[in-house]
Amino acid sequence: MSTLISRRDMLHRSLLGAAGLCLADSLAIRAWAAAPSPQAAGRAKSVIQIWMWGGPAHLDTFDPKPEAGSDYCGPFGKPVETKVSGTRICEMLPLLAKQADKYSIIRGMTHGNNAHETATYMVQTGRKAGERLVYPCAGAVVSLFKGYDGGYQGQIPPYIVLTEPLGRFDEAGFLGTRYKPFTTGGDPSQARFMVEGIVVEGITDKQQRDRRELLNKLDKLPHALPENAGLRALVRSRDQAYDMMIGDGAKVFDLSEEKDALRDRYGRATLAAGAPPTMISLRTTFGQSCLVARRLVERGVPYITINYPGWDTHKDHFVEMKRKLPELDQGMATLIQDLSERGLLDSTIVWWSGEFGRTPKVQWEAPWNGGRGHWGNAFSAVVAGGGFKGGRVVGATDAKGEEVKDRPVYPCDLIGSMYQRLGIDPAASLPNPQGMDARVMPTPAEGVPTGGVLNEII
Amino acid sequence: MAAFFSRVGYKATAEWKEEIVFFDLGKTPVPASAVFPDGVTVNLSPLQDPREVFADWLISPTNAWFTRAIANRVWSWLLGRGIIHEPDDIRQDNPPVNPELLALLERELIASRYDLKQLFRLILTSQTYQLSCMPASRHPQGEAHFAFYPVRRLEAEVLIDAINQITGTTEKYTSRIPEPYTFIPEEKRSIALADASITSPFLDLFGRCSRNTGLESEQRNNLPTAAQQLHLLNSSHIQRKLEQGAKLRALLQPAAKPREVVNDLYLTILSRYPTEEEMQLFVAYSQSSEGRQRAGLDLAWALINSAEFQFRH
Repeated sequence: MSTLISRRDMLHRSLLGAAGLCLADSLAIRAWAAAPSPQAAGRAKSVIQIWMWGGPAHLDTFDPKPEAGSDYCGPFGKPVETKVSGTRICEMLPLLAKQADKYSIIRGMTHGNNAHETATYMVQTGRKAGERLVYPCAGAVVSLFKGYDGGYQGQIPPYIVLTEPLGRFDEAGFLGTRYKPFTTGGDPSQARFMVEGIVVEGITDKQQRDRRELLNKLDKLPHALPENAGLRALVRSRDQAYDMMIGDGAKVFDLSEEKDALRDRYGRATLAAGAPPTMISLRTTFGQSCLVARRLVERGVPYITINYPGWDTHKDHFVEMKRKLPELDQGMATLIQDLSERGLLDSTIVWWSGEFGRTPKVQWEAPWNGGRGHWGNAFSAVVAGGGFKGGRVVGATDAKGEEVKDRPVYPCDLIGSMYQRLGIDPAASLPNPQGMDARVMPTPAEGVPTGGVLNEII
Repeated sequence: MAAFFSRVGYKATAEWKEEIVFFDLGKTPVPASAVFPDGVTVNLSPLQDPREVFADWLISPTNAWFTRAIANRVWSWLLGRGIIHEPDDIRQDNPPVNPELLALLERELIASRYDLKQLFRLILTSQTYQLSCMPASRHPQGEAHFAFYPVRRLEAEVLIDAINQITGTTEKYTSRIPEPYTFIPEEKRSIALADASITSPFLDLFGRCSRNTGLESEQRNNLPTAAQQLHLLNSSHIQRKLEQGAKLRALLQPAAKPREVVNDLYLTILSRYPTEEEMQLFVAYSQSSEGRQRAGLDLAWALINSAEFQFRH
């Protein structure tokens, strides 16, 4: 699925190669300086990535600009003071405001790209788009170094996506299918979270056992060719699959083990009274996904992505924001607080980001009716836990939120800082079928723009 | 090489993100000549698309490299490894394991005017292709010399097409987010998908070729994973196909006799009759099971999950 860069694009780019290089040269290229102090590195064990699919408006979340006027801030003119004096966020995020001492806001995010797929690739891999190699995203890299090859022994796969796959995005890149995430499907807000492949309706435990026995009796080929690597992998994978289906692993997805009050605090899908039936498709899985993510972290799963769609708000942006921001606020604030109360925040990085921000100037005209377009020049990200300091703001945008005026942070800076917290060597090699020299972090020769590691919050 | 592509133009269409690639007569400068990869210089006419000149050179019988590469690739698709191995790694100091064999394929390909179907026929009707997957000896060079048929997992697209054909179901291929919106007619098979970007959790899970480069090495590692097995064993996707697929339902009618059901299922899923032992096994299973139809469904499930179905052999 990795046609972030199509073959045609590739050809196109190679023809424009010379021009591309000049562009790269003009950017502030610095070597990605990785010199973690040994005692600071490697505190984090897990990452929960809240992926704001579509690109959330930075002005209406963590970088409010009330002074720019209503053509920029729309109806959100009164940002809320957070627990951290001097830091304000959107007034629709009051619960997150109370947790502000636990996370840092990065307001200097930039990469300059306004296309979903390319920007997603840039933010999740920290690389330039259009290179010969399609790099793995942070989740796959963490899964490589902290998963089964890195000592992880859980029954649950090391890289989980809640609940739907991103689509048109090749998480594992050249690392291949082994490092792709396991996508749960299903809806954790339902009475029973039907995790695709693990919990299935209409098959009794007895039938499940009978079937397995039947299959074992019929399946002769692996016995006939005991040395075949593919068949051995099949038998091993099937056993692992059954461990997940009938073993302890599946219990992690059983939210009935949690108290109702806590489930409510995370936010459950409820329909407003009188909402039209079509709204059912918009029911959120976000709050309960946050709760599942915490349970996965408790079992040592190193990387969990919550794909949170619906932020590509070209039209009626503010109507959507008023509906969605409370969901975000409730789920994310409760997640951070719950992790903290359980002593898990110190070893768990929470990373909130989309592929870009949204146009600071509101498009009031039809057909947008108060919409915001794509904006890769400046956007916000949030990191909490795993040894990242809380209560800080890194970088700043100009008065209208259009450009980064102070301390640009490029995707590789943020990802590199996370790897440092996780104790992943930035110079380690990534295996690839083409046998090219590929490293965890881009080398200076790759010319990936960088503003340097996030020393401010480490 | 760049000269051959120097007059490629791009223009947008009214469709979002659609682009037309064309021979741009107005594009300057017009190169007077270009150099083929073999070092020979060719004069270019300003009125001919230089890509055509390159394409003509590429498939000329005098260009031994192309013929060799494509013959070797087709062989590797059908027999699991190249006569020159890896197929991307064609160079003077990586000789073919069987030079006469590769030379024969090259000659036949040229003689058939590059008709790939002729090449497929030649290989598919050969004794080598039809060898059993059970090695006749444990000779260490056996695999490299194609002494037995290499067992390997079906490609993602082939696997889902086979499951659809067996059950009488289809896949719904759409891409909604991000753009552009794409909908593929349901009767279209997965192997006919025009590019690798269409959203499909199944194809992703089972590892499809990303088609980012022209390299064979992009062909995926097809070793089974736990998540893949979980999907085949227990996902609602496969379960629905088994329970609701029209073709399978027809086979599993309540009136059908158990022995006929077993024969039909083996023929449909594994393309062979069951052995008497397999027949007895299922008869015993259906007697202990909750209803004959349920038992038939369980057998179909088991056969789809068997190595014999998932692997070429």
